[in-house]
Amino acid sequence: MSLLIKDVRVLDPASGIDGQMDVLVEGSKIAEIRPGIPESKVGWIPPKGEPKDPAHFSGEVIDGAGKVLVPGLIDMHCHLREPGFEYKENIESGSKAGAAGGYTSLVCMANTLPVNDTRAVTEYILRQARERALTNIFPVGAVTKELKGESLAEIGELKEAGVVALSDDGKPLMNASLLRRALEYASSFGLTIISHCEDLNLVGQGVMNEGFVSTTLGLRGIPNAAEEVMVLRDITLAELTGAPLHIAHVSTAGSVRAIREAKARRVKVTAETAPHYFTLTDEAVGGFDPNTKMNPPLRMAKDVAAVIAGLKDGTLDAIATDHAPQTAIEKDVEFEYAANGIIGLETALPLTLKLVHEGHLTLMEAVEKLTLKPARILGLSKGELKVGADADLTLIDLNRRQTIEVSKFKSKSRNSPFQGWELKGFAVLTLVAGRIVHRVPGLS
Amino acid sequence: MEDEQTRVSDQRFSEKPATRLARKDILGIQEMSASEISLILDTAESFKEVSTREIKKVPTLRGKTVINLFYEASTRTRTSFEIAAKRLSADTINISTSTSSVVKGETLIDTAKNLEAMNPDCIIIRHSASGAPHLLARLMRVPVINAGDGAHEHPTQALLDLFTVREKKGRLAGLNVAIVGDILHSRVARSNIYGFTKMGAGVHLAGPRTMMPAEVEKLGVRWHSNLREVIPQADVIMMLRIQLERQGSGFFPTLREYSRFFGLNLEVLKEAKAEVLIMHPGPMNRGVEISPEVADGPFSVILDQVTNGVAVRMALLYLLVGGERETNRSSV
Repeated sequence: MSLLIKDVRVLDPASGIDGQMDVLVEGSKIAEIRPGIPESKVGWIPPKGEPKDPAHFSGEVIDGAGKVLVPGLIDMHCHLREPGFEYKENIESGSKAGAAGGYTSLVCMANTLPVNDTRAVTEYILRQARERALTNIFPVGAVTKELKGESLAEIGELKEAGVVALSDDGKPLMNASLLRRALEYASSFGLTIISHCEDLNLVGQGVMNEGFVSTTLGLRGIPNAAEEVMVLRDITLAELTGAPLHIAHVSTAGSVRAIREAKARRVKVTAETAPHYFTLTDEAVGGFDPNTKMNPPLRMAKDVAAVIAGLKDGTLDAIATDHAPQTAIEKDVEFEYAANGIIGLETALPLTLKLVHEGHLTLMEAVEKLTLKPARILGLSKGELKVGADADLTLIDLNRRQTIEVSKFKSKSRNSPFQGWELKGFAVLTLVAGRIVHRVPGLS
Repeated sequence: MEDEQTRVSDQRFSEKPATRLARKDILGIQEMSASEISLILDTAESFKEVSTREIKKVPTLRGKTVINLFYEASTRTRTSFEIAAKRLSADTINISTSTSSVVKGETLIDTAKNLEAMNPDCIIIRHSASGAPHLLARLMRVPVINAGDGAHEHPTQALLDLFTVREKKGRLAGLNVAIVGDILHSRVARSNIYGFTKMGAGVHLAGPRTMMPAEVEKLGVRWHSNLREVIPQADVIMMLRIQLERQGSGFFPTLREYSRFFGLNLEVLKEAKAEVLIMHPGPMNRGVEISPEVADGPFSVILDQVTNGVAVRMALLYLLVGGERETNRSSV
């Protein structure tokens, strides 16, 4: 199978290429990137030594005019819920949602049931991925056994089994000494720790951002400080150990400032945010909609502005979804009782492109945060659009308008606060190792 | 919700003063206009007389069914609603459910659907979770009245407080109202802040910083850390109940200390205006936020609040459920 995408704007953050050309995919790899690749190159995979025969024709030419071809998107933070919570999502459905959203690689967190804290669970996830997933799946292992924050998981063996990072995401590591040891131990195995920064004492029984909105709604608030004291603590421990640290789902102005200062001191810290933190404020909680409830919570306008500024100046390296599927069972209840989490795989790209359309980020910056940066942080040989690389590619129509309709999501869950939003800029074609895993109707 | 908004805006465009409530539910004071509040208070005035008759009953809601759905303990509010409904000749049903059952029991949505299937005419809900009445109201065709949701709102309490002050003072505009104590956890405080400020009164809050919600001054009120600062200019002093379990959770050190700095006693009251009104939504912790001499003293209108609660709730039931809407108040 070969595929030629003609006259497309190729954009590759690694090389800085941004130009109109053609891209030829042969099998699972990118074969050529240049202007004027003849269409005759497509479709013929003659067995060695044999003459060309129409029976061997298998391929397609796609008109890329007006569209942008980028390295396949990499979500470095999602919850695929398998094993254990397959009624919310599984690796197959999550990968379909990812493919539909333009993602070719998903990095799934360890808070499954059982927790991904042993080789057996990692191997199970990778087997399900091989057999059922449309995208690449890279599991994250737990830092501590059962995410309890008490003793280290068998990190070396998790690494052998194939985890690409470690995180107790969903729960903070409240014990600073244990995190210190975890940073040191994990770095000996070349693994980065992804930290979920949340001081549980400061959170208390809070269910939304602490501010004027929580005051009017009578909902218990979570102050920004609940995140920031842990970001500052973790940066201090990264400095102490010299080990790499990645901070997940940054939501506050104070966290952005702390990370910016740490980077200036050359601490080995990287960070991500998620589209809801640069798109929505706590005002969205106004109608007690449980789909606006997540952890960390939606913050205030000044935080949104700081997150956007952090993306712009590179303080925030990556944009991840924190895709957290929950069903009506968890969400169709009183706000205080509803589970945290929103899904994001099928809305992250258009929400990120909204920053581009509004002039906050260049397209190159946005794509870098969705591709190359996550790959570099995790050490994945992905995220580059170059000859010889895996043909993980996303074709984006920057001007395609769609109204978000959660009932049409590929995800098993529907917990998105973006229902009914009209957004601009969607993936029209997603290739994973040369295989078409998503294609909008009518694309030719 | 859409219907409600449409109707509210329709009403705004009609230039006549409101003669009936242009909303399906009573969820909070925040979304109410001053004219709606006035209508409710005026209507309550005409209902107050009913409770003084020998036969305390009018046929207004005969054949209507009112359900009291209480997920949280309540004596005063539930009884008040029940008496109000009964004096209007409605049939009343009380459902008391412990909040803990939400974990294993039926969801609020299922409960709502089941109740709806039995064709009630009004649901009154008290719930420990903020926003629970809003969830119910979205699902039900019949009026929902919020009898207190979490720390969010307690609109009928605020209405009866407004009624009581208006009755005693003859007006609301221009008065100075001090609300003292745990504003953070208080739905009564929130509803009263909205109510009094909408009606043109000035609201001052007093209490330790730990019990003030974030950015509370954006509600158009002033916060004072010292109780004595708010006493001299106050026309109304409303003391809030201190939840005893807050002691030891960092909000204040001990009840003893709380009482000393934020309790209302005769000594503090010496600095108050001669005609000051002392209010408390109940239940009181005598000797903590209010001393017995003050609670039972000449300035206290605490029991008037309870009496007026019935009239206000009768008015609300009448305005939401009453007759075929065209029912004239003179038929009372």
